[in-house]
Amino acid sequence: MSETAAPNDPGGGRASAPAVGRHGDMLRRVGGGVRYTDDIHLPGMLHAKIVRCPHPHARIVSIDASEALAMEGVHGVVTGKDMPIKFGIIPWTPDEYPLALEIARFVGDGVAAVAATDERTALDASRKIKIEYEILPYVTDPHEALARPEIGLGKRGDSNLSKHVALEFGDVDRAFQESDVISEADYFFEGSAHAPIETHCAIGHYDNEGLVTLWSATQVPHYVHRELSRVLQLSPARIRVIQPPVGAGFGGKSEPFDLEFCVVKLSMITGRPVKILYSREEEFYAHRGRHPMHMHFKVGAKRDGTLMAVDAKTLIDGGAYSSFGLVTTYYSGQLLTLPAFPSNYRFDSTRVFTNKPPCGPKRGHGSVQPRFAYEVALDKIAVEIDMDPVLLRRKNAVEPNSTTLNGMRVTSNGFAECLDAVVEASEWDDRRGKLPYGRGLGVAASSYISGTNYPIYPNEMPQSAVQLKVDRSGRVTIFSGQSEIGQGCDQLLRVIVADELGLDYSSVRVVSGDTDLTPVDLGAYSSRGTFMNGNAALMAAREVKAKLREVVAEKLSCPIKKITVSRGALCHIDDPSRSVDVTSAIQLAEAKFGTLGSVGYYKTPTLGGDYRGGTIGASPAYSFTAHVAEVDVDTETGEVRIVKIWIAHDCGKAICPVIVEGQMEGSAYMGAAEAVLEEHVCRADGMHVGPSLLDYRIPTSLDVPDLEALIIESNDPEGPLGAKEAGEGPLHPSIPAIANAIYDAVGVRMDHLPFTPAKVLRALRAKAAAAGSEDAAE
Amino acid sequence: MLPLPVFQHHSPSSLAEAVSLMAELGDRARLIAGGTDLLPNMKHGIVEPEHLVSLRAVTELNGVQHDDAHIVIGAMTRLVDIAKHPAVLEHAPALAEATGQVGGPHHRRMGTLGGNLCLDTRCVYINQTYFWREALGFCLKKDGTVCHVVKSGKKCVAAASNDSAPALMVLGAEIDLLSPRGKRTLSANDFYTTDGIYNQSRKLDEIVTHIRIPILADRVSAFEKLRRRGAIDYPLLNCAIRIDYKGPQIDEFDMVVSALAARPKRVKAAARLAIGKKPSDALTKQLAEVAFKNCKPLTNLDNDADWRRDMIRVLVRKALERARPPVASQAT
Repeated sequence: MSETAAPNDPGGGRASAPAVGRHGDMLRRVGGGVRYTDDIHLPGMLHAKIVRCPHPHARIVSIDASEALAMEGVHGVVTGKDMPIKFGIIPWTPDEYPLALEIARFVGDGVAAVAATDERTALDASRKIKIEYEILPYVTDPHEALARPEIGLGKRGDSNLSKHVALEFGDVDRAFQESDVISEADYFFEGSAHAPIETHCAIGHYDNEGLVTLWSATQVPHYVHRELSRVLQLSPARIRVIQPPVGAGFGGKSEPFDLEFCVVKLSMITGRPVKILYSREEEFYAHRGRHPMHMHFKVGAKRDGTLMAVDAKTLIDGGAYSSFGLVTTYYSGQLLTLPAFPSNYRFDSTRVFTNKPPCGPKRGHGSVQPRFAYEVALDKIAVEIDMDPVLLRRKNAVEPNSTTLNGMRVTSNGFAECLDAVVEASEWDDRRGKLPYGRGLGVAASSYISGTNYPIYPNEMPQSAVQLKVDRSGRVTIFSGQSEIGQGCDQLLRVIVADELGLDYSSVRVVSGDTDLTPVDLGAYSSRGTFMNGNAALMAAREVKAKLREVVAEKLSCPIKKITVSRGALCHIDDPSRSVDVTSAIQLAEAKFGTLGSVGYYKTPTLGGDYRGGTIGASPAYSFTAHVAEVDVDTETGEVRIVKIWIAHDCGKAICPVIVEGQMEGSAYMGAAEAVLEEHVCRADGMHVGPSLLDYRIPTSLDVPDLEALIIESNDPEGPLGAKEAGEGPLHPSIPAIANAIYDAVGVRMDHLPFTPAKVLRALRAKAAAAGSEDAAE
Repeated sequence: MLPLPVFQHHSPSSLAEAVSLMAELGDRARLIAGGTDLLPNMKHGIVEPEHLVSLRAVTELNGVQHDDAHIVIGAMTRLVDIAKHPAVLEHAPALAEATGQVGGPHHRRMGTLGGNLCLDTRCVYINQTYFWREALGFCLKKDGTVCHVVKSGKKCVAAASNDSAPALMVLGAEIDLLSPRGKRTLSANDFYTTDGIYNQSRKLDEIVTHIRIPILADRVSAFEKLRRRGAIDYPLLNCAIRIDYKGPQIDEFDMVVSALAARPKRVKAAARLAIGKKPSDALTKQLAEVAFKNCKPLTNLDNDADWRRDMIRVLVRKALERARPPVASQAT
């Protein structure tokens, strides 16, 4: 229990011995000790099924539920007409009804819902609801969506446009003229799904006092609370949203979904609690996965490695609804300007609607796709000018405490150290370009936000808050609005508060994700948890700590500044034998100040570029990442085996190193899976090619490469104890690092994802054929 | 969640009881021997039995016996137990390898050899939910009149997807069946038909009781499977090879490639080419080429049919490389 100087805490110290073991809270999760939403069974609870449209685009002519309602065990049916108010996570683009009102826009769009005594009966009843459709023209390809505006999926019905963003910084055309080399190519990122092991689940209960309680597997209880109130026309005071532990989100549960409205409405009609659990198939229809993007990238550089300009034109396949699409479209350009970037940049991104499951935010929202294109383009330039791609990135790296060309404020920046770490660990200098044919190394880098600086709905209130209840038995309860979705945010709060107050980890509890019990936090998205919720917890803990130090100083008859906190006790900094244990200190403080408690909150500073859209991408701090991937390409089958990924990530400060490592490894493997296995594809007729975990192939444990997490700590001046995000940033470089490694291994460029064996084999054959014809020509 | 349909479950404790139940229930019943294939298919409405007759408690169907001439495997023996059985590993390695690569560890602990033999054919257009199949317009195999693999096709081309089938075929296995009409034996080769809707010669009320595999000295065999992941996946292609050596020379040869269409494909031309020759790289190449010429994957399991076809050569080569003469033969 040594005393360490904490840079963000001028006085008081904090207990620094690790409070949590190797596995943190995760053993409870993997051991089956966590109760998820579907584990909740209420007396009299009904089960409901949503009836989904089998056509890609259709007008609902009529719905006849009489046969279903006449079935034994069936208690109620709702349709779009019962909830005719649009919702949407972005306040400017509400375009979804809980159930389609007049028009269903993709195969799988919800049209009606039926509640019955059990799931089987609900399913049978759902097939008895007769729905007459008028089939409408549809579009499933984004290029066709541009060419056929008459389909009218856009807001005014005269186009299929969802969002268009065009921004330019510097003088791009001149910079290209001054470039010695230009890499120009088309890149394609096929969409991917989150594939959480827990599918969406919600229970609605409208009780006899008129209070609505919704249990939901959501990442955003606060937004769900707001939208339930608006759509169902209920006072927010009458709604309570409880978020039980969530079995993975990855962004797929970060907005309201049809089932949340349906269970509440059905409960209001039947007077009984109602549960809906998505089938795996429905999970793929609800989707909000990574957008397919067609990207045309042009990157120019000087022969000495100075990057000159980037010109990016991107077509984004949005699927049927807006979701976060407005933000996605901005992110596809705005988040690219770190960590190594030229000073001239133009991007033009267009998101179109298509009659397919709606795309949304998946881990690394909007920026994983362009990052792939850009980092591969850099690799091509490095080859062209015969420069080590690591050096090319070093040479163009954005400095700490600087501003990017699009107006993003950079504070701490451990990018150079990230490159150092992966270069050393992978023995890059000795092995890159020198491995036998078929083996290769590739590098890529990225940067990501630690939360968005501006909330989704404009307001001046804090983005995150906690309340502490300090008990005279030496226990502290943290009430937090953050959503524990397996990422470990509860554990983070416990460690921060335990360390500040000198408590054992087990003496600190967290109550989170309940709109009745906890203050508002905006939710588990955009990698905001550690930074914002952590700062809120630190503020609350320090207020209590100040009181404890004051009473201990009185007790020991010394100045407050002489009192420091160690694990278990507050003691005199010059004579640790003079101390008061934490529980006694709490009791002294309670005697002096009355019942102990505190609040802490986090408000973002004013940031962002001074132009329309300049606030999107603004964040109080940015993380930095570099990966080196090693691959083994089977030139006979085209199979790419990812041997290892070295992941260096600047998370500012690793408050819970085990969790940071877990996030780094989890991100890298998820990216690797998108590189070689996962693709979310719909057929031209709008049918999903296979909405199951047999057809949508997520990696098994045998398919996961060796992963080595290298934590870099740059101590961010505004992060809690110096911390920044670690949940999404480390995904980005995986995919381009693997693409670049394939090039190092076998000399083919894979510009279209995923790198399936068939595609790699085709590329190898095309290369051999080209070499053959060159030989013939010579 | 996708609920199972309502059905009645029977759990006879003897073979005789199971046979009489099947006689009584007729085609309203299906046998369940592990359920890793049947239960998902029931959830998807691909089969709709009113009764399931479980063979779990029929202990006489459990276990592996062997003497000098045969290995006899009870139909309810778990795949995991076959994959690591010393006699199977020694005398029928193709079967050990095949059963060891079915699904994932959980499937191999639930799944049985009898169940895998009787696995239903698979296709991307059939192994989907009822909603999906209805939205597509159904297909020949169930509820529909069209084939989505072979447009205007009148014959279902759903693919045999059992890994054990090609192994048992090349090993010359015999399959004992018991029904109310008595006992009969089918060779593994005759067990499968070319009809994707139902690709077995077995009548629905016939119970697979035992699988008998001959033991021959100087016999080697190998199995190869193509899949995108290290586990879980059904085969995108599989291949079994068996060689009986006479000294260093190939005396008998058999090759079966499956996960193509309803019936696992025996590549007869390969045998004609191989018999009487010594293994060599040139022969391997010729055999791979013959297999490539004779086997044409469809888009029934995956869109990359061309890649799957390319991989036939690779699978055959890999299997042949592991089917070199036994050390004893090489010495003579």
